[in-house]
Amino acid sequence: MEGLSPEEWTAVRLSLKVAFVAMTASLVPGVAIAFLLERGRFWGRQALDVLVHLPLVLPPVVVGWFLLIGFGRRGPIGAFLDEHFGIVFSFRWTGAALACAIMGFPLLVRAIRLSIAAVDRRLEDAAGTLGAHPVWVFGVVTLPLILPGIIAGMVLSFAKAMGEFGATITFVSSIPGETQTIPSAIYAYTQVPGGEGGAMRLTLVSIVISIGALWLSEWLARRVRRKVHA
Amino acid sequence: MILDVDIRHRQGGFALDACFQSDGRLTALFGPSGSGKTTIVNAVSGLVRPDHGRIAVQGRVLVDTKNDIVVPKHKRRIGYVFQEGRLFPHLDVRYNLLFGRWFTPRGERKASFDHVVDLLGIAHLLDRRPSTLSGGEKQRVAIGRALLADPHLLLMDEPLASLDEARKAEIYPYIERLRDEGGVPIVLVSHSVAEIARLATSVVVLSEGQVIASGPAAEVLRHTGFFAQSGLTEAGALIEARVSRHDEAYDLTVLQARAGTLSVPSLLHPVGTSLRVCLRARDIILSLKAPEGMSALNVLPGLISSIDIGEGASVDVQLDCGGDPVVARVTRKSVEELGLRPGVAVHAIIKSIAFDPEALGVTGGENM
Repeated sequence: MEGLSPEEWTAVRLSLKVAFVAMTASLVPGVAIAFLLERGRFWGRQALDVLVHLPLVLPPVVVGWFLLIGFGRRGPIGAFLDEHFGIVFSFRWTGAALACAIMGFPLLVRAIRLSIAAVDRRLEDAAGTLGAHPVWVFGVVTLPLILPGIIAGMVLSFAKAMGEFGATITFVSSIPGETQTIPSAIYAYTQVPGGEGGAMRLTLVSIVISIGALWLSEWLARRVRRKVHA
Repeated sequence: MILDVDIRHRQGGFALDACFQSDGRLTALFGPSGSGKTTIVNAVSGLVRPDHGRIAVQGRVLVDTKNDIVVPKHKRRIGYVFQEGRLFPHLDVRYNLLFGRWFTPRGERKASFDHVVDLLGIAHLLDRRPSTLSGGEKQRVAIGRALLADPHLLLMDEPLASLDEARKAEIYPYIERLRDEGGVPIVLVSHSVAEIARLATSVVVLSEGQVIASGPAAEVLRHTGFFAQSGLTEAGALIEARVSRHDEAYDLTVLQARAGTLSVPSLLHPVGTSLRVCLRARDIILSLKAPEGMSALNVLPGLISSIDIGEGASVDVQLDCGGDPVVARVTRKSVEELGLRPGVAVHAIIKSIAFDPEALGVTGGENM
């Protein structure tokens, strides 16, 4: 079997870029929302919980459609961002990243939230009596203790982004070099005669990347867990 | 005043209404579970915000609900040693110890790391993880961690409750040294009279959210009635005695107190060591005449100073034995039959075997 064609390489690179950006950009909001949901006592917490989980239960096409009407050039948010910040999502790779981030967000939040629930809050109290301001308590006690959960959430978010198809293709279509990630490239190959070779090659690549990510996260999590709970 | 507490707090069905002051180097908060001890130390440390009242430590007001003052816990400078240690699992012992120091203003870092490590005997543990420590080691590290934040007051919430007798015996000397060095005043929550008899200089007795007695340890412990619920059989007089010699032939140690000499089962303390001895009221027999032909080795002559009539069959007879206060718990019937009343000369008889080694503490003097 011959190597990847330049077009296939482009799809692989784009997929990695989109997944990485989606994962990184959703990290801070993910931790913040996980904290709000787990520790917060405010009106509308239930509603926020449902909202965050929607991408998990809605058909991806529906999420993509919402993104299209909200973040498209003429959508209310899209038009605002374009006008004031020059940020355009529609039919750009950034839009693919946005779609992937939103689809992976519930997975990220769930993993982090579980680890926050497992934190012994009495340790945070102890840190407070030792003179640590709540912000410091978060930084030097809570954050290290939930690190395994954060890593797990990041991997889930990355894996989800690598495989995201429905929302992405609905929102930003499948433009080679701009928005055509591995899944949409595979789909495109299956739609043309003689595309089986390309589809197979990209499938293998995506298997390798997925297993690699899983292995890396296991390795990181084990290291961190040893540091945290040894 | 080291500690000045006057708070009211309601938590579910439990109501706390506690008012006391203490100037003791080691104040014990005594009471059965559910009497409000932990709620009080939590209010002092800032983990619980009392509904009403005022708390001041070394003259500094931490809570005054009338004037809307509630100092946040991280600004209180109150050390807290928890029942379960609560060491940070992701940090090794050294960084656990140094944790509070990062947050202590530079000018107020007085406690020396080496001194504290040495005092608590934890130098060999510095590179270990908390999960590899024994219960006793964890508590020593927890004490060190609190001390190194240079607190104005050190709270200990039953720090030894989860340890077995052998581990407790391993930690008591460290608490005694801490108390006798006179650096940080200590508040110790305890439900063991033996522990209080050994360690406390002042005692606050709580029952169902109320303070029923407070004062110097020797004063409070003499009144067994305060300990009716949980420690009746353990309460008694605290006297100070010096090790005068070891009688190796019989495995006894002879102590000299103002009241007289006491023979107790062999102790390891060297001759000259100053000890505090708890003479439990239930272990003392009274006799009008100097006893003869009896196996008990300890006979202390004294005068009855007062008789506390309580409920039920027994009464506490308070004695003055050569300046040492001693209390005997006897039946009301004996009091009547022997004609005991204040001023009568009696002999207090104590079996040597009756001494509770756990309640026997080393004192640096002036800690009674």
